[in-house]
Amino acid sequence: MVNPVIKIENLAFRYPKADSFCLDIQELHADAGDRIFIYGHSGSGKSTLLGLLGGVLSPERGTISLLGHELATMSSSDRDRFRADHIGFIFQQFNLIPYLSVTDNVLLSCRFSARRSDRAIVSGNTLQGEVARLLDHLDIAMELRHRPVTKLSVGQQQRVAAARALIGSPEIVIADEPTSALDAERQKAFLDLLSRECIAADTTLLFVSHDRRLASGFSREIDLSSLNRAQASQEAA
Amino acid sequence: MKYLISLAIRSAWNRKLTLGLTLMSIALSIALFIGVERVRQDAEDSFAQSVSGTDLVVGARTSPVQLMLYAVFHIGDATNNIHWKTFLDIAANPSVAWTIPVSMGDSHHGFPVVGTSTDYFAHFHYSDSQPLVFSSGKPFAGLFDAVIGAEVAEHLGYHLGDKIILSHGMGGIGLAEHADKPFTITGILARTGTPVDRTVHVSLEAIEAIHLDWQGGAKIPGFSIPAQYVTKFDLTPKEVTAILVGLKNRAAVFKMQRYVNEYQTEPLLAVLPGVALDQLWQVVGIAERALLAVSGMVVVVGLCGLVAVILASLNERRRELAILRSVGARPLDVFLLLSAEGLFITLSGTLTGLVMLTAITATFAPMIQSHYGLMIAPTFISYDELGLLGIVIGVSLLASLAPGYSAYKLSLSDGLTPRI
Repeated sequence: MVNPVIKIENLAFRYPKADSFCLDIQELHADAGDRIFIYGHSGSGKSTLLGLLGGVLSPERGTISLLGHELATMSSSDRDRFRADHIGFIFQQFNLIPYLSVTDNVLLSCRFSARRSDRAIVSGNTLQGEVARLLDHLDIAMELRHRPVTKLSVGQQQRVAAARALIGSPEIVIADEPTSALDAERQKAFLDLLSRECIAADTTLLFVSHDRRLASGFSREIDLSSLNRAQASQEAA
Repeated sequence: MKYLISLAIRSAWNRKLTLGLTLMSIALSIALFIGVERVRQDAEDSFAQSVSGTDLVVGARTSPVQLMLYAVFHIGDATNNIHWKTFLDIAANPSVAWTIPVSMGDSHHGFPVVGTSTDYFAHFHYSDSQPLVFSSGKPFAGLFDAVIGAEVAEHLGYHLGDKIILSHGMGGIGLAEHADKPFTITGILARTGTPVDRTVHVSLEAIEAIHLDWQGGAKIPGFSIPAQYVTKFDLTPKEVTAILVGLKNRAAVFKMQRYVNEYQTEPLLAVLPGVALDQLWQVVGIAERALLAVSGMVVVVGLCGLVAVILASLNERRRELAILRSVGARPLDVFLLLSAEGLFITLSGTLTGLVMLTAITATFAPMIQSHYGLMIAPTFISYDELGLLGIVIGVSLLASLAPGYSAYKLSLSDGLTPRI
């Protein structure tokens, strides 16, 4: 039997010194190639969920298994390595390191993960070749690639960030409101590009947003506030 | 690790203005620190070499430091003089190669006047066995000839052939003058950086001659011997203040010292100049060490500035650190990234400071030597300074850990989503 890509069971988390749980999830399950839209307004525990999946936060109880590996059994530096090898992140904005070139920003993922570096070389013959291929796919024109990243538009920056998340074909891509700074038309274009790349690589995509209108292209939609029992009980109270 | 270093350098380059200024402040503080240390070292060396080649300094019994003070630095007064007969005895000792008699008590515009013999110009050495050199003129030959040091000439604007009048006693204004017996400058010595520069040299006979009509520190009233008649008197000195002694064989120095110290006719003291100069430096050197301490504090201030700048930049870099965390950087990597920055700035600042200092020394060394007689060695760095720099770099390493640790804590609490 193939391990599920993401398996969360009976998960609860609270921040140090907090009285109540911030996140309490009975179950969350995702298979390879799933593209899941997680709907959640601000304060619904999105950031916490991302931190837990990324292995920078540790749950108080319950388990998180990624690709059959239970995060709690790993040391923190193993979790850092696991994150580097298997997860690509795209954040809301300011995703790029200002003093690195477009290419170096994309390659950042490969610098901390030999596995992703190897896989990128297999896919594009060379690291540079794979960067060029991804940037081609994500519509970053040649002349933009040598500009300082701070001179790119927000939409261009987000697409460079997507290239960084996708390079080396990680099994999981987690996108945290990557389109919130884009206008409606560009949101759609960005989502299409991202979905296409994830389908091509059979990548599991977790897309977190407060904007429900974006949910149409995804294979599944989850409402975080109903998933998160801590939040539901607070609201009921 | 290699990538982290390249990342640290590129990140630093991105903030080159602030960090460049910080680097410069560290470079300047290092240049100051090492510069002060170097001047201090050279001052101590040239102080220790105020007199060289002299094996013993002999005077009436007193403390060794005081004997050095008046015999070599011409500061203060001798408690007692030595009889001429004693001088002849010591000079005639078989182990003695040469002697320089020193007779003091008069001054000229605050500069000490030393009565001596022409042996002075032959045997007095300073620094690394450097002989005295005349920048113009020659040793005194006539009775009322004088040879002046470089600073006397420069300060008072004297040239060869100028007439000068000596004052009775040490000190400044209001002294009785030997106005009836003026001296002619026949020689000016090149700068040495030693007390010689501040000295007026005349013959022992001249000292005797100007005091013929004096008694007990004052002119005898109604009694005056004109300059042209003094040669009719016996001008053999009756006393000298101190004697610089050179031995034929240095190995005999302790034997000779004991001979002098146990001299029967009058109580004498013989000191080894090197030992006494070291003792004297213990006193004088406090100021130099205070200066070094102050410049050390400047380095500390520079390092504090560095830490403050890096800590201040941390807040703007939280997003950057979160991105690095998301691609797999460990908190330890973040720690190293920030610590490396501080260390990197200190190292380049130190190097820049040393280059600056070397350039400054190379440019100004000739000027400093001719003005202050201080020989500043044009070395890039000496072994002793390496130790000091080692301490500076060690401290900066510790200081750099502070922003590293803050970043470490921050990246743990921020995780992937900095709360700015």
